[in-house]
Formats: sequence, C-alpha cells, structure tokens
Amino acid sequence: MNYHWNWGIFFEPNPMGTGTYLDMLLSGLVLTLKTGVLAWIIALIFGSIVGVMRTLPSKAAGWFGFCWVEFFRNMPLLVQLFLWFFVLPELLPKSAGLWLKQLPNAPFWTAAIGIGFFMSARVAVQLQAGIGSLPRGQKMAATALGLTTIQGYRYVLLPMAFRIILPPLTSEFLNTIKNTAVAITIGLLELTGQARSMQEFSFQVFEAFTAATLLYLLVNAVVVTAMRFLERYVAIPGYITGK
Amino acid sequence: MFSNFDFDVIIRALPYLFYEGMSFTLMLTALSALGGLVFGTAIALMRLSGYKTLGRIAGLYVDFMRSLPLVLVIFWFYFLVPYIGQWLTGAARPISVGAFASSLITFIMFEAAYFSEIMRAGIQSISRGQPAAASALGLTYAQTMRYVVLPQAFRNMLPVLITQTIVLFQDTSLVYVLSITDFLGAASKVAQRDGRLVEMYLFAAIVYFTISCIASFGVRRLQARIAIIR
Repeated sequence: MNYHWNWGIFFEPNPMGTGTYLDMLLSGLVLTLKTGVLAWIIALIFGSIVGVMRTLPSKAAGWFGFCWVEFFRNMPLLVQLFLWFFVLPELLPKSAGLWLKQLPNAPFWTAAIGIGFFMSARVAVQLQAGIGSLPRGQKMAATALGLTTIQGYRYVLLPMAFRIILPPLTSEFLNTIKNTAVAITIGLLELTGQARSMQEFSFQVFEAFTAATLLYLLVNAVVVTAMRFLERYVAIPGYITGK
Repeated sequence: MFSNFDFDVIIRALPYLFYEGMSFTLMLTALSALGGLVFGTAIALMRLSGYKTLGRIAGLYVDFMRSLPLVLVIFWFYFLVPYIGQWLTGAARPISVGAFASSLITFIMFEAAYFSEIMRAGIQSISRGQPAAASALGLTYAQTMRYVVLPQAFRNMLPVLITQTIVLFQDTSLVYVLSITDFLGAASKVAQRDGRLVEMYLFAAIVYFTISCIASFGVRRLQARIAIIR
C-alpha cells in the first residue's frame, strides 16, 4: 500500500487557524453531542406526547398519533432535513422565511429539530408498546383510586412504561447521536463533517476517519455504561430485571 | 403559497429522476438487501456456532458497525475500497471502482450487521426439538441449517426483514454525500440547476413517502397472514 501514513498530523496546526487538527475534531465532537442531546430532548418530549395519544381511547388522538408516526417514519432523514432547511423558509410568508434564513447557526437548529422530530416517531412507538405491555389492572386501579386520566398517566402508567422501555430507548439515544452525522449535508461541521474537512485539507484520509471512528466508539461506550447504571437504578422490583 | 410553484420543472425532470435516479436507488436497495441478508446470515451462524473465537469476531463486527454513523461508513468505504482492490489484485495504484460498486459494498457490509441480528433472533426462535429431530434423521449440521432451521427462521423473520429493507431504501439516499445520482441525488441536481429547490425536494419527499408507506402497509398485511397460519 503506497499510502503515506502520518499519525503526527493531529498535532499540526489546521488551516482554519483554530489550533491543531485534533482541536478541529474535538470541536466537531462537542457539536455532535450538543446536537444529539438537544435532538434527544425534542424526541423525548414529542415522542412521549404522541405515544400517549396513541394509547388514549379518543379516536382523534389515536389518528393524530398514527399520522405523526407515519409522516416522520416514511421519509429518509436526509429528505426531512432538506425540507426543513431549504423548503420551509420558502413556503412561509416572506418576512418569516427571511428571518428563518438569516437565523445564526441555522444548520444546528435545523439538524436538532429535524432529527428530534424524526426520532420522536420511534420514541412514540416504543412508549406506546411500553404502555400497552402494562397489565390492564394498572389503569383500572388508577381509576378506582379516583385519579383523573392525566393523573393516572402521570403517577402510574408513565413511570412504569418508561422504566420498561429504558433499554430500547438507550439504543434510540445512540441512533440519535449517530444520525447527527446526516447534518453534514446541510453544512453542520459535527464530528463526521470535521473528519471530512480534515481529510480534504491534509489528504490524510485514514488518520482522520480513524480518529472520528474512535471518538464515536468512545461516545457509545460512555452512553451504554451510563444507561446500564440508570437501568439498575430504576429497575422495577418484582420484574425480571428488578431486585 | 403555491403561486409561483412550477410543476413543469418536475414533469420535465421525470425521465431523469426515474430512469437514472430511481433505478439506481432500487437496484442498490435490492442488491444490498440480498447481499446483506447472505452476509448477515453467515455472521449470525458464526455467532451461534459455539466456537468462541468465531462468535467473538462476529460480535465485534456487528457492534462496531452498529456504533458508527452510516455517513462515516460510506466515507470509509469510498476511500478504502480502492486500496483493498489494489491489495487484492496486486496493482501498482489504487483501483478506481466507481460509484455503484463502492456504495454497493458499503451497504452490504453495513446492512449485514443489522440483518445478522434479525437472523440471529429468527434462528433462536426455532424450538430446540427441530435441530434435534434433524440430527436424529441423520442430517449433518450444514443440512440441518439449510433444510430445517434457516427456511423457518427466514419465514418467521420475513416481516422484520422487509421492514429493515424499507429502512435501507430510505438510507440509500445518504449516498448523496458522494454526489452519486440516486433518486435524491438526481432531484437535487435538477433543483440546483433550475433553482427549483422547493418543487424538487417536495416531490422527492412525496415519492419516498408513498413508496415507504405502501411497502409498510404490505408488511402489516403480511404480518397478519403469517400470524393466522401459526
């Protein structure tokens, strides 16, 4: 292989004048984490609302939840980001569209919101399954205690359901972080984006992508370990995973 | 809102979008699903083989692929495949393999990790008595897998496999980062040439949405049918 290896490249100054190439990758990592966490918060909020709606007896709520999930699940994430980034400002009234286009950090907000909505559909389906897996008696008991529907969800159903679906939610959280890489297409310089520009500046393809790969693996390891602890902490007594 | 909407741009671009773009997307999806299934089944068999080292290698491969974003894997293979080609053929320079081959290899290797987990679950869903009965009949391990276990595993997992293929169909749009003319690539090239981003991206979204919707509706019906038989 006539490839010129140079592992010292990370400590050479980058052409942006922002320190070394390593600094460039680390700033990408920070942006990946910021985007991923914000997107995850959005996904959890909207996914929970939609997931609950799908379990309500109301036909309209169920229909809305169905449409939400189908809409965000049946389009590639890349296309959704393009819709938010390129199409939405054009369809809004002129002044609103202009404001949106001039927003500082537009790729960051678009990516976080777009990925958040995309993932919310998955969270919704999982939460629905989690609530559906609870014994019928739980809901009945809540009603018998005189709790309103909202109280029943707030104090009985949701705490149980979220604890049951914690393991799949972990992998959805990891998917959210991985999906931030798609935002490279709307110009967000997250970890993959920085590795790509490092490759373009320095021609050290394999060093740049190896470093990005290791950083992604590190993030994965940290998230999985942290969630393991959380899982043990919130395990429901009496269930297989419980104490 | 749609006052200056130019439907004509879409109509004029239709042949390009579908002959060049969609045929690439569908071909890539079909071949990657097939290749991913074959490799994925092999990896699943490795993991369940009982040879510790073999199982560990397969497990590492799956975990590794599943911890990386697809976009990064696409870049990896785009730059790596020419060097692998050079190494395999002993050529003097890295071999240029072209957009289709490079993206096909990427997707087969990436999807194999996901398909292998599905097939592993499928194989594990077969009751213990089945392979026991097969070996009682005098079938070898390979024959047991080929005639008894894998056909049933495949059948049980068919809805999940198709669902994964729908995800794959959507994910192929990510070859956009290599400027390949798949369906989305074609749409975005027309969009940028004619300055008609709104029309083209909306149209692309509708087409992806329609195809995925129909496919997932089909999966739901299939699931219902399989459920009745069992």
